[in-house]
Amino acid sequence: MIARALGSAGAALRQPGAVAAALVLAVLVGWALAPTAFAPLDPVHDLDAAAPLAPPSAAHWFGTDVLGRDVFSRVVHGARVSLLAGLVAVAISLTIGTALGIVAAYAGRWTDTAISRSVDVLVAIPGLLLSMALVSILGFGVDRVAIAVGLAGIPGFVRIARAETIRILSLPYFDAARTSGTRPLRILASHVLPNATGPVVVLAGLELGGAILAVAGLSFLGFGAVPPLPEWGSMVNEGRLHIATAWWLTFFPGAVVAATVLALNRLSRNARRRA
Amino acid sequence: MTRYVLRRLGHALVVLWGAVTLSFLVVQLIPGDPARIMLGGGASGGEGAGAADDGQVAALRTELGLDRPVLAQYAAYLVRVVTLDWGTSFAKRQPVTDVIASGLESTLQLGAASIALTVVLGMLFGLGGVLLPGRWVRSAFQSITVLGIAVPSFWLAILLLQVFSFGLGWFPAFGAGSPAALVLPALTLALLSAGTLGQLLTRGIEDGLREPYADTARARGLSRAGVVLRHVLRNASLPVFTMVGMLIGSILSGATIVETIYGRPGVGNLFVVAVQARDFPLIQALVVLTGGVFVLVTLVVDIAYRWIDPRVVEPDRREGARRPRERAGAAA
Repeated sequence: MIARALGSAGAALRQPGAVAAALVLAVLVGWALAPTAFAPLDPVHDLDAAAPLAPPSAAHWFGTDVLGRDVFSRVVHGARVSLLAGLVAVAISLTIGTALGIVAAYAGRWTDTAISRSVDVLVAIPGLLLSMALVSILGFGVDRVAIAVGLAGIPGFVRIARAETIRILSLPYFDAARTSGTRPLRILASHVLPNATGPVVVLAGLELGGAILAVAGLSFLGFGAVPPLPEWGSMVNEGRLHIATAWWLTFFPGAVVAATVLALNRLSRNARRRA
Repeated sequence: MTRYVLRRLGHALVVLWGAVTLSFLVVQLIPGDPARIMLGGGASGGEGAGAADDGQVAALRTELGLDRPVLAQYAAYLVRVVTLDWGTSFAKRQPVTDVIASGLESTLQLGAASIALTVVLGMLFGLGGVLLPGRWVRSAFQSITVLGIAVPSFWLAILLLQVFSFGLGWFPAFGAGSPAALVLPALTLALLSAGTLGQLLTRGIEDGLREPYADTARARGLSRAGVVLRHVLRNASLPVFTMVGMLIGSILSGATIVETIYGRPGVGNLFVVAVQARDFPLIQALVVLTGGVFVLVTLVVDIAYRWIDPRVVEPDRREGARRPRERAGAAA
């Protein structure tokens, strides 16, 4: 057992990128779960009136904004909003997309044609624009933006779930299950779903990064978080007025978004290689 | 080939029809009364009339045909789409076609410049990933170039502004007047997609170098760089064509944010303004326009690709034939 632990530690050392990515994600999850433990200052109400627009220092690692709020505290508290929005979005794409993909592959014929052509249509409209069109229907706010991003992410999951299901349905054990009289729903639950999980989970990891980017982008455009709420995209938007004088307002929230997405991509690609 | 072109054309038309239907559904799916929401958004814009009265709502419902059965509305909508009658934009109070035409030139310039830059940067990234000396240098170079996938476009745009406009003063920060104002927005969009392109190219070149013809060229005394530049690169560039559709999509997506930051009055910025004002006629037209551009580009690329490289099999046939072998390869 010790040998195995040492072995996996050795494997980790050979992949410093993956280890760094895991650390970044661990910190982010910590920020999201217990923001006050990492940043004692309140992101909305603690105003340092003496030092508005102060550059980064020992007291304020990421500087302060126009109202004298600590940018680091706002970034830490923003983790919960962004990660939650990303998770909601991916949960929506994953459940609806996977279900439609499996149904398309399993039912075949015109059901498959209808679903596949609809996916082609959704793919034809660039993701961010599709989310924006959906936001115009759903209305503004982080929750609605998350739903819109989730709906726009459905096509990817339909395609991969459909392809995986078709692959599984062509395997001999599926014929064995069917000829021995197993009901279709049971075949789906006990044979198709478990076997299709791998690629779907990898896609979910990649999509989580993409969803966080999209939510931040839509919030930056002013469709998401409403100002006092600390959210990374809208923080960059607020900092835009001061880009010539206070670079830290836009730099740190944006860098944290980039680090988050990079870490998620890295770990998903690692998982794919192992799968 | 003719059969392939016809089939591909049929598929493109179906997708285009789907995009038109989707844009029709946008207005049908608005919770509540679309006419009231449109009037609310429109009235707060300029006239300060406050909440619209029932007479105005009823008039707009008649104008939009919202009082008719859904299928009749749909038929009327299809006719309007075909005749390019998109109605009046609520935010701009002009015909939608005029509004879009006003933004088209700026976005076409940005699109052309960023595609050119993406290809140049993608080539450099792709060749660098193969030709740079030392494995570690190459691998570090590759990881830097793929940063574009993770970096938010709004952040990159602002960073470039801070460094090159405010810091060094090389380029103007806002506006669309001069060619110099085109550099930073185009560079932002190019940096976001060039990494993917470079990665694809690097993989293609590495595969090409393992082919027998590369060995032959090496045996004739060509250097590794010579083989890559004179023989392998041409073959490796071919699959890059399949990325063009995706590239256009990411440029259109990125244009919303980039045009807003750099103050360019293009189609991307119009999309943002349209959603802000809930200007549904404009949104509908833009959805169909972007969908149409994507359909047209992928159609042309697919047909051209098949014409350039007749070895290519139709996607659905290839899918079925290759999957089992791919899996076997992955398991080994």
